[in-house]
Amino acid sequence: MSSVPLAGKGALPSGRARAFYRRLRAGEELAYTIAATAAASILVITALIVIELYSQSALSRSKFGWSFLGTSVWDPVAGTFGALPFIYGTVITSIFALLIAIPLGLGSAIFLSEMAPARISNALTFLIELLAAVPSVVYGLLGIFVLVPFLRETLVPGLIKPALGSLPVFHGPFYGVSVFTAGLVLSIMIVPFIISVSREVLLAVARDQREASLALGASKWQTVWRVVLPNAFTGIVGSIFLALARALGETMAVTMVIGNTPQIKASLLAPGYTIAAVIANEFGEASGDLYRSALIQLGLVLFGVTFVINGMARILILTTRKGAHA
Amino acid sequence: MKAWSRKNIVNYTMFGITGACAIFSVGVLIFILGYLVYKGGSSLSLSFFTQLPAPIGETGGGMANAIVGSAKVLLLASAIGIPIGFVGGIYLSEYSQKSVAFLIRYTTDLLNGVPSIVIGIVVYGLVVHPMGHYSTFAGGVALGIMMIPISVRSTEEFLLAVPMSLREAGLALGAPKWKVIATVVIPAALRGIISGTMLDIARVAGETAPLLFTALGNQFWSSGWNEPTATLPVMIYNYAIGPYEDWHRQAWAAGFVLLTLVLLINVTARLALSKGTYVPRG
Repeated sequence: MSSVPLAGKGALPSGRARAFYRRLRAGEELAYTIAATAAASILVITALIVIELYSQSALSRSKFGWSFLGTSVWDPVAGTFGALPFIYGTVITSIFALLIAIPLGLGSAIFLSEMAPARISNALTFLIELLAAVPSVVYGLLGIFVLVPFLRETLVPGLIKPALGSLPVFHGPFYGVSVFTAGLVLSIMIVPFIISVSREVLLAVARDQREASLALGASKWQTVWRVVLPNAFTGIVGSIFLALARALGETMAVTMVIGNTPQIKASLLAPGYTIAAVIANEFGEASGDLYRSALIQLGLVLFGVTFVINGMARILILTTRKGAHA
Repeated sequence: MKAWSRKNIVNYTMFGITGACAIFSVGVLIFILGYLVYKGGSSLSLSFFTQLPAPIGETGGGMANAIVGSAKVLLLASAIGIPIGFVGGIYLSEYSQKSVAFLIRYTTDLLNGVPSIVIGIVVYGLVVHPMGHYSTFAGGVALGIMMIPISVRSTEEFLLAVPMSLREAGLALGAPKWKVIATVVIPAALRGIISGTMLDIARVAGETAPLLFTALGNQFWSSGWNEPTATLPVMIYNYAIGPYEDWHRQAWAAGFVLLTLVLLINVTARLALSKGTYVPRG
């Protein structure tokens, strides 16, 4: 026992000093300090990000204040900056992406965790994990050269315009690059996240719950619908939040297909702009402190929103995964 | 028992619908792969790996500088991200108290969710601006920060999976705790940790946004760590949005190379993991 001093709690001062000395000699204190420093540096880096964004956007914040978020003129030459078109574009593309990705992702997750035979499920899960690894610039590449021409020449004039053209969201000319295109690319990009997190949440639902339902004569689907999904609900919402945060912050693929035009149009077929895209396009060439500061303030807004959404997502997922590995 | 009761019909219908969702998702992957092999493979040539980009207006040339640039940036990012993440993961699994662990774990997850473009402008302010120029170093710092969270979480997960009895056996023999961690716990989790690290590298290898204002780009070779450098993802972006047909061809070739690399690392790492091992992800 004396050779393995675990804690000095309750020992006499002299005994504590001796114990400390022993641990020091054994390298314990040093090892602990190194490990704690590495862990603390994570907190430091996160704090640095916040401080840097906050202090570097001071100029723009003091000039525009909260009205930055509500005005829509973005004129670097005149020195007037309003974030509304970018916020609008970011929100609308993300919501559109979720509308497609939620049913697709949840359906897949249910199939993989509940309905499919184990071997098929394992193989498909493996492939979907790979889909999550495809770099966003590759999605952008396919977006520009495959999706944009396909939408412009086939899908929109052939199907969407004749069938839905009277709706205001599909009004106006279509050039291929648009909010609609960006939303489609985003939806494909976030599906793997919804699938893999939802699948884990579903698998964490206790086995006896399922067995009890099946033993009462319920079919697989009835078990999923009445037992598994209600139990996993918060975690699934968490996975959707996680995907939403991804979509809001996604940069490259969106920049390549959204058309980069700061405007607010009711039509999804019109070009738009997102926060991440305007930073990517203009930050490198931003001349003047105010211009740069305004772009950093956009970064601060994006950071704040994703931080809150991610924070909620993690809590929701933790509450359902409690007991399983958290 | 009625085979065609409403219950069974609904069950089979939902089996079909959810299955179609899964097949569609996998179909997208197969389409992406297939299209890149078709477009990229046909655009690829030996000169892609050996030559510098051709001057504007000329065709041909390659992306040798971007391949080396990406490798350098990733090397530096690994040198920054992996040690901090690895040791931080050890702290979480072996040393920390519950409340501290929760705070650090939560912060790590949030850091993981910070949009990559935001990391780019922060590193611009912290590294590029004070130094006065874009550099390989700044690009490495940006990707290094992005590597930390995944490295922490995967190290922690795999260490926690090591049975407590192994640690107790080591301590009972009189070894100090750090020695038990270094010689018993880490070796037991090594395969998982290495796989996790590979996945981490693969993830940042394709990152473009954080490099736009840090590594920038370069049409020529970049020597040392203090000059702007070309990287594959940024080259793909610039060439894809450029106006020249030959650039597009090269963008496809580069996309093919990048995707092949990323997926190869992924497949190797995931196959190395034993079945049923939990793989932490973003």
